[in-house]
Amino acid sequence: MENIISLKDIVVEFDGEKILKEISLDIKDKEFVTLLGPSGCGKTTTLRVIGGFITPKSGEVIFEGENINSLPSHKRSVNTVFQRYALFPHLNVFENIAFGLRIKNVPKAEISKRVGEMLELVNLSGYERRNVARLSGGQQQRVAIARALINRPKVLLLDEPLGALDLKLRKGMQRELRRIQQQLELTFVYVTHDQEEALTMSDTVVVMNGGKISQIGSPTDIYNEPVDAFVADFIGDSNIVDGIMARDCFVEFAGRGIECVDKGFAPNEPVDVVLRPEDIKIVSTDEGQLTGIVKTVVFKGVHYEMIVDGGEYQWIIHSTKHEPVGTQVSMRIEPSDIHIMKKTKEI
Amino acid sequence: MKTKLLSVPYLVWMGVFMIVPLLMVAYFALTDDNGTFTLNYITDVGQYANVFVRSVGLSVIATVICLVIAYPIAFLLSGLKQHRSMTIVMIIMLPMWMNFLLRTYAWMSLLGNNGYINHVLGLIGIGPYKLINTSGAVVLGMVYNYLPFMILPLYSVMEKIDPSLYEAAGDLGCNSRQVITKVVFPLSVPGITLGITMVFVPAVSTFIISRMLGGGSNLLIGDLIEMQFLGNAYNPHLGAAISLVLMVIVLLIMTLMNSFDNEEQVLV
Repeated sequence: MENIISLKDIVVEFDGEKILKEISLDIKDKEFVTLLGPSGCGKTTTLRVIGGFITPKSGEVIFEGENINSLPSHKRSVNTVFQRYALFPHLNVFENIAFGLRIKNVPKAEISKRVGEMLELVNLSGYERRNVARLSGGQQQRVAIARALINRPKVLLLDEPLGALDLKLRKGMQRELRRIQQQLELTFVYVTHDQEEALTMSDTVVVMNGGKISQIGSPTDIYNEPVDAFVADFIGDSNIVDGIMARDCFVEFAGRGIECVDKGFAPNEPVDVVLRPEDIKIVSTDEGQLTGIVKTVVFKGVHYEMIVDGGEYQWIIHSTKHEPVGTQVSMRIEPSDIHIMKKTKEI
Repeated sequence: MKTKLLSVPYLVWMGVFMIVPLLMVAYFALTDDNGTFTLNYITDVGQYANVFVRSVGLSVIATVICLVIAYPIAFLLSGLKQHRSMTIVMIIMLPMWMNFLLRTYAWMSLLGNNGYINHVLGLIGIGPYKLINTSGAVVLGMVYNYLPFMILPLYSVMEKIDPSLYEAAGDLGCNSRQVITKVVFPLSVPGITLGITMVFVPAVSTFIISRMLGGGSNLLIGDLIEMQFLGNAYNPHLGAAISLVLMVIVLLIMTLMNSFDNEEQVLV
């Protein structure tokens, strides 16, 4: 697959503060890419650089092989779905969606045809004459998507488009966005701080932190093989504790030496040990590696979430079975479920 | 019930100081000295048609000039950071804290035949020009005095426009001129109508500006009314009749403009 957009060493500064620190990123054609990170990590800024609303201080924005650094937003073949939709309050649904085509002086008959198609795509047929201010959040969202897509952009940029919707609506819209992306075979660049959203929708997830890219990979890779403690912590719940790599494939943490599969660290190097809550198994006493007392049990639907007090650390455990509060339990972790990360200073 | 009670002071105020005087104006305009009903004074107003035309004409010119000057200023202000725009708004408001008479009087000494402007022009060998006692001077006085009343409503409407709408317009293919015509203008229409009202209404009924800057030859409706009550031509019945006719004219113009305003919003 071709790269449709490449960012090369992009630096963005506001009032002397570096928002993006030499970001480099390749986006493949027809891919659903999600920029994921906590607020202030630079994900929206990256999106705005692609959209042409921010000119980077240095670095290159390459679109289909051409440098578009100085191309203003109205000449780029990308369109944006804005965070708070930014629908035109003086125009009705039809005119909002038709806006881009009117600017390009597309013939009237074609405009009505294409607006009709778009309304069908986002399931809003029959809403043509509605005032956009009187639509629900989800409906406004659909209008914003239709308004962007009608221009047949090569890339659609979405800036936390589902942030203002309630959970149930958000789930529905996630599926719908994915369907639209696959149906139209478009490249989507999607910004969110919701890790679950990123994992369920994307082909590629770009985890950002402090103006830098921490990791780029498929959702499975990001979840199973986080590169550092930040990514591990941000993607899903994690138990992150201090450990010492005694030798290859053997790590000491929480007062125990436990076998693992990681190699290549210096002897006795301090490391972060990341354990996913579902990887800590409750076992019989003779199999156990760690022990603790169950502090709380919360039913989460599919599983129970238990907090187990192990003295030095509190462990979060996800399990389909639960032990009553106050019982002493033994815990075991398979070597391949122990993730060892080099220490990062940013946490 | 409670909220209705709260409106009582205002209703009393309205009744005593707005409704009653209006009725009295109407009564004076439609009766003679003996208190009998007559339309003579209303028909007499007809002979001053030229004054009405001049008043409305000069006020329309002044209003248009105000709009042309104020629109870009207000737009630029709306794009500034809050504390900056507030400072500039203060500077714009500053002359308004000075007495109206004094401000207009200052223009007299600037524009006079031996005034500062002609003096400076004389130094570089041109002039003197007749600046004062012209209709141009009256329009200048109106623009100078009423410009803030155009800037403020425009600014307060534009400031509330979500800047992401401009980005959205750019994203959808608008160049900066189209952003103005397709987004800023239609959304600022309420500010335009309010600004026009706030400039045109006081301009059309002013008498100080025309008296001080227009000389005898630029009599406006305001001067005419003032003469009937305080001047030599003392005739409160005629004065009331002129006021009544002026009010009707202003109401008609405003209704016309508002209907245009509504149409605008449907069309765009």
